Amino acid sequence: MMPMGKSGLERPADSSIHALGSYRTSADLGGTTCTQAVVPEPEGELFHAPWEPQALALTLAMGATGQWNIDMSRAARETLPNYASLSYYEIWIHALEVLLLQRDLVTQQELESGQALLPARQLERKLVAADVAGALARGTPVERPATVPPRFAVGQRVRMRMADGSHHTRLPGYCQGHAGHIERVHGMHVFADTHAHGLGEQAQWLYTVVFSAGELWGDAAGPNHSNSVDAWESYLEPL
Amino acid sequence: MGHDHDHDHAHRHDPAHEHEHSELDPMELRVRALHTVLTRKGYVDPAALDALVDTYQTRIGPRNGARVVAKAWSDEAFASWLRADATAAIASLGFGGRQGEHMVALFNTPTLHHLVVCTLCSCYPWPVLGLPPTWYKSAPYRARAVRNPRGVLQDFGLHLAESTAIRVADSTAEVRYLVIPMQPPETHGLGELELAQWVTRDSMIGTGLPKAPRT
Repeated sequence: MMPMGKSGLERPADSSIHALGSYRTSADLGGTTCTQAVVPEPEGELFHAPWEPQALALTLAMGATGQWNIDMSRAARETLPNYASLSYYEIWIHALEVLLLQRDLVTQQELESGQALLPARQLERKLVAADVAGALARGTPVERPATVPPRFAVGQRVRMRMADGSHHTRLPGYCQGHAGHIERVHGMHVFADTHAHGLGEQAQWLYTVVFSAGELWGDAAGPNHSNSVDAWESYLEPL
Repeated sequence: MGHDHDHDHAHRHDPAHEHEHSELDPMELRVRALHTVLTRKGYVDPAALDALVDTYQTRIGPRNGARVVAKAWSDEAFASWLRADATAAIASLGFGGRQGEHMVALFNTPTLHHLVVCTLCSCYPWPVLGLPPTWYKSAPYRARAVRNPRGVLQDFGLHLAESTAIRVADSTAEVRYLVIPMQPPETHGLGELELAQWVTRDSMIGTGLPKAPRT
């Protein structure tokens, strides 16, 4: 049974992003029908093919050039038409190629031939070996100074809005339309939905919202469990 | 959104197969081509690629998180700090940055067990746990953990009493979660280095419990 949120609810408040058209993600897997077992793995097993370490490193190094942000990366991955048939690092490589092609950093012919055929584009940044440790240690913090007070407080009841399917979002299908309460207030964070589409950071308050399993899964809920998600303010409406 | 299609693709890993055909593996060729183009164009520094791989193979992994947990078990002031500001407390041990910029520690208790998942991709606290294991990124884990956590825990051989509540935390934004498992009673009095050996990666995700190190 797939929990479908209640229909007819208000859409998220930000308007600029809804003109983007239709957006299809294949990555929203929470609660989907799946009966396969999870297969544990020993702690030291990091890679399963000789090319996987390179896939990781190329993705991180190109990410460090600043030609796209992490939300654009996620959007490129989750909209791959063959997402469901690819392994994790295959998804990374396919999405990296999409991002490179979109920005004219490489051509399809170059990818197919394995040769650099056209002059490189001048990039502002390049990750060199001496900067790797520092760049990883810095990371990319997404909390921003608070410019408005939070709309919701710890303990307050809220309902998750419905995603409208027009853009990248971090609002999982399984909680859309469902009621929960605020458990934590995290600060104002860069809003993934706009950031993924080059519409700026548009930082919003971020909250942890808790749901009872019965609310989300109805009779299918197992005994004694609850769920939480992290949700930006525009994903929520007061109850 | 693609909620209801089947996911029967998740475990395609077959090491024997991979070795047998490594010369012809299309992904090997594809990544090699990409590597050549990006280095020739000067977008990436080959030495930086090596440094990145080396970092996650030797320096950033679950032993970092184990140190955090061991310190939380043995130092009440640190545990309080971890509860109040996990990012700062973890940074005091030298761990932080990429994919761990905003940390929250989830403390297990006799009545509450935490399980961390990222249903939308594979968000994971890299500075303390390193790269995520294959199962964490797999469709079965991402699909089932939120709906049937006890079933998923059984796949790991973990059976919790029904009186223990389970909280499934879905990392849907940039906050990253580290589970602080309960300290096994038989470890009381051990030093931090010994304690850390009891802390498994899975116990910091919530799919396992601490266990005695193999001697």
